[in-house]
Formats: sequence, C-alpha cells, structure tokens
Amino acid sequence: MKLDDLVPPRSSPYNFAFLDEGAKREIRRALLKAVAIPGHQVPFASPELPIARGWGTGGLQVTMSLIGPQDVLKIIDQGCDGSVNAVNLRKLLVATTGVRTTYDSREATLLQSRHRLPEIPMQEGQIAVLQVPLPEPLRLVEPSEVETRRMHADGDYARMWVSLYEDVVQNGAISLASGYPCRVNDSYIMSPSPIPRWDIRRLNQSRQLTLLGAGREKRVYAVPPYTSVQPLEFEDMPFTVEDFSGMSCVRCGSTDTFLDEIYDEATGTSFRACSDTGYCDLVRSGQVASPAERDSGRVPAEAAGE
Amino acid sequence: MSSDVLLQARGIGKRYGAGCEACAELTGPQAGVNRCPRCGTVHALCDVSFDLHEGEILGIVGESGSGKSTLVQCLYFDVDASEGELRLRGEADGENLFDLPRSRKRRVRGRLMGMVYQNPLRGLRMDITSGANVAEKLLEADVFNFRRIRDRAAELLASTEIPAGYLDAFPRSLSGGMQQRIQIAKALANNPPLVLLDEVTSGLDVSVQARVLDLIRELQRERGMSMIVVSHDMGVIRLLADRTLVLKNGRVVERGLTDQILEDPQHPYSQLLVHSTL
Repeated sequence: MKLDDLVPPRSSPYNFAFLDEGAKREIRRALLKAVAIPGHQVPFASPELPIARGWGTGGLQVTMSLIGPQDVLKIIDQGCDGSVNAVNLRKLLVATTGVRTTYDSREATLLQSRHRLPEIPMQEGQIAVLQVPLPEPLRLVEPSEVETRRMHADGDYARMWVSLYEDVVQNGAISLASGYPCRVNDSYIMSPSPIPRWDIRRLNQSRQLTLLGAGREKRVYAVPPYTSVQPLEFEDMPFTVEDFSGMSCVRCGSTDTFLDEIYDEATGTSFRACSDTGYCDLVRSGQVASPAERDSGRVPAEAAGE
Repeated sequence: MSSDVLLQARGIGKRYGAGCEACAELTGPQAGVNRCPRCGTVHALCDVSFDLHEGEILGIVGESGSGKSTLVQCLYFDVDASEGELRLRGEADGENLFDLPRSRKRRVRGRLMGMVYQNPLRGLRMDITSGANVAEKLLEADVFNFRRIRDRAAELLASTEIPAGYLDAFPRSLSGGMQQRIQIAKALANNPPLVLLDEVTSGLDVSVQARVLDLIRELQRERGMSMIVVSHDMGVIRLLADRTLVLKNGRVVERGLTDQILEDPQHPYSQLLVHSTL
C-alpha cells in the first residue's frame, strides 16, 4: 500500500504536510533526542517555510513532521481557535494534509498552541505542540550562546536565580507573567513558551507528550508524559498563579478557568471570558458540566461517561 | 594529609604550549624567562607545592608575570591547571580536585571558596545590585530562601562597612574601595574555609588600602578562615601573611615565615624584592 492511498484528499500539490520527507525525518530525529533529555534544547536543520519565522514556525515544523493521515488536529492561539494565526496555520495544514480538525481538545490527537494548554487536561496519547519565541531561558542573563550552553551543562543556574532575586527586590514579587522558568525532571531549566503561570502547574506530571519548537532559533525541546516541571521559586515565596477570584466568564459562567479581560469600547467597560474558547463552547452547549452543574453534582451524560 | 592542613597543593603547573625536553633547563628563575626559547611554550607556573593550614594566611609575592595570579586562578578553577594535584580537607574523599568534572568544581568553589579579584569588574557584575552580587554566591550554594538571602546580604555588607542604603545600589555607581568591600562581602557569603585575595588593594589609594587591609585582618580574626593573599606589595604581605612563598618565573624560589623572609631573605631575587620596597 502506498502513502498516497492512505492520505485523505488534499487541495495542494505539495508533499503531504508540506515538508519533504527528509526534512521531517531530521526534525523527528531532533524530537527523539529532545524526549530522551527532557528540557534540553536540541538544534535541528530547518527547511524553508511558507510563512515568516516568528509566526509559529517552530510549532508548525514539529506538527508537520509528526502529522499523519489519521490525526485529528486542533490549533489555537491565545487559547482561541479563531484567531488569525491559528486560522492561517490550520488552513495551511488542512490544505497540505487533508486531515480532520476539531475545536474540542478531547478529540484532538495533535494540538498546536502558543499561549495556552486546553482547560480540559490532556490525556495519554495526545501530543501538545507549543510554539516558542525565545527557547533560551538564560538569554536574559547571558547573551553568549557558548556560555548559556556551558551553564546548562554545568547546572550553573545561580544567575537565573539572581534575576529572580532582583525581580523580588524591585517588585516585591516575581513579576514574570509568561515564560516563567521551570526546572524539568529536576535537571535543566527551560522556558515553557509564553504560556501563563496558570498552565505551568498543569504541565507538571501531565499525561500528554509536550513538544516545544522555536522556529527562529531552530530548536526543539520536550516534556515527556509524567515528567516533573517545577517553576523556580524561593522557599519562602511560593509560586503563585493568576488570581481570578470573584470573576466568571460572561459566556459560560465558568469560575475555574483562565479568564481573558475583554474591553468593550462602546460602553467603556471590560468583562471576562474564558481564554480557551473551545472549552467555553463545550460548557455553553452542555457537553461539559458548567460550574453550577458541577457544584450540584449533576453532570451531562457525555461527560459522566468518560 | 595531616589534620590541620586545609589545602594541599602539589606540583601545580600551568603551561601554554606543548613543551619540549629543553624547557626545564631553558625556563625558570635560573634562566630568567618563562618562555622556552626552543619551543615557545610559556610556563606560567611550574611545580608549585604548598600546604595551607587551618586559619593560616599564606602570602604569595613576586613581580608581574611571576605566576601569582595564575596560581590563585588555578586554585579557584578560573584557569585549568596543566598538571598538579589539589586537595581540600573533607572534600571529594581526598581526590584531586583538578580531576573533578566542571560542575563539581563549580560546587566546591561555590560552597568552600571565596575570591576577591584585583579588578572588581571581574569579581562583580556591575549591572546587578550589590545585594544581588552577594546573593549570587549564596544561590550558588543552594540557599533558596529569599528572606535569608536578603538578611545575609545585608549583614555581610554591614560587616564590610558598607552603609545599609547601598544594598540595592549598583556597584558601578560606587567607589573602587566600596566595590572591593562588596567583593569581600561576596567572597565571605557562605563562610568559606578558604578565601583567595588577588592583589585586593592594588587599585586603591593609600588611605583606602589601609582600611581595606584592616577590614580583611579583622574579618579573618573573627571568622578564622584560611587565606591566600597574592600581592606584589611587600607591605601588604607583611601586614597579613603568616607564611610567604616567593615566586619568580613561575617557580617558588623561597618560602618561609613572612618575618624571616622580610628580615633575612636568602634568594637573590627575594633580597631584591625586599630591598626595593624598604
């Protein structure tokens, strides 16, 4: 049986998933190494791409090198399936692969994202692909690449800690909102891509394979399933996440999700809505229990069956 | 290793180049050069051995290019020694520290050694606050409690006579003497048993020199750590060191009690050194 018989019909004359098979193999080799050494940045030879680097090309190449005809794809940007970047990446992948896409994170076998992990915890067998703008967490404290590599090799992270110390001195707390440095598998420090603090504790011991790709720097790294991801924190200043207490989503009423602030120019007021729009839609359509239902113990049939 | 020996150095050498058979004869104090005229190898340091005892201050004196700084930099692992052995009591089961992997050397250095460089630009980072410079040393030794780091930094800066308001000041905005004090505070952060001082007062004016030297003496007396003091200035050595090694062209040409060397130098070079200062 030939590959062409297996792949769904697609609208583009390019190879399946755009990249040639040699380029995919190169990226997969780098990914295997990355999975074997959690948190370690592995360089790869990157082919020419149809979109500009810095627009999610790191994640895109990982997705392109992994995707198969049977995959179900979800792509989000800022938690949303409908934002421009997500739509463009999805169109490109659909045109070159013909695979089925979904907004429901539970259905997806491959999920590419930049700023969020879905609210519903991912499961074994699912792969999260994160787009990373700055893969090197030490870059802020050390401009030299040779030196940052030595620092990783030696576990020499005192300067990373010093930057956190300075942050606390100046701001009273660690003020990093995203890209919060984490120690993976008690070894390397990694930049978890621009996901908010909210999602960092959800990376810890997570069930899915998480792959992180940086297109400009041409690096990949990985958090395999059931691997510890610990944010750096001082003993007397525990890591905290965004506080949404007293707020709820205007669309679905959720109080336990990561909420975006949305400003209404017409009225000059702002309101909160789930950043994960796919999840929000599931709650609204009753496919996932709403907060009220969860409190009362009533659960929709489908969610209860899982 | 006898019980009160903290640091044992044996046959330490640092060579730039491959070396040849003629090197031993053509370099060193008797030849007056440390660059071999036949093969061009530079012997910055050759066969230096000594013991440093508990609570002792060892002086290392010599002219520019004699290998003083190379020696302390080898001891602090800033420079990789070409040969020799270094043992620190109770550390690495008496293994040669030079054989340890880099990450372990860094840990030994972080917890057990402090270093004060001649030029504060080397020992301090100017783009972070004084407190953060001290904190770096504590964080290297895995102290991850913010309050403790902060209190310890403040305490150290106070003990090196830096006004409390400078904790969050940037070292680049401070005077040379103040920067040296911050370096000293940083070096002492983990109460290391061994502190290395490389020409600490050379860049300072005379009145500040005296105060910094007083401070070092006082801190040493209080805390009882061992020190290696490198200087080309016999005055500094006289004031601080119990015992002294005289280096010339990378070799030890004389060793003994500091007073003895100052009063009755044996080697012609030591005599020259003593007489040119007095």
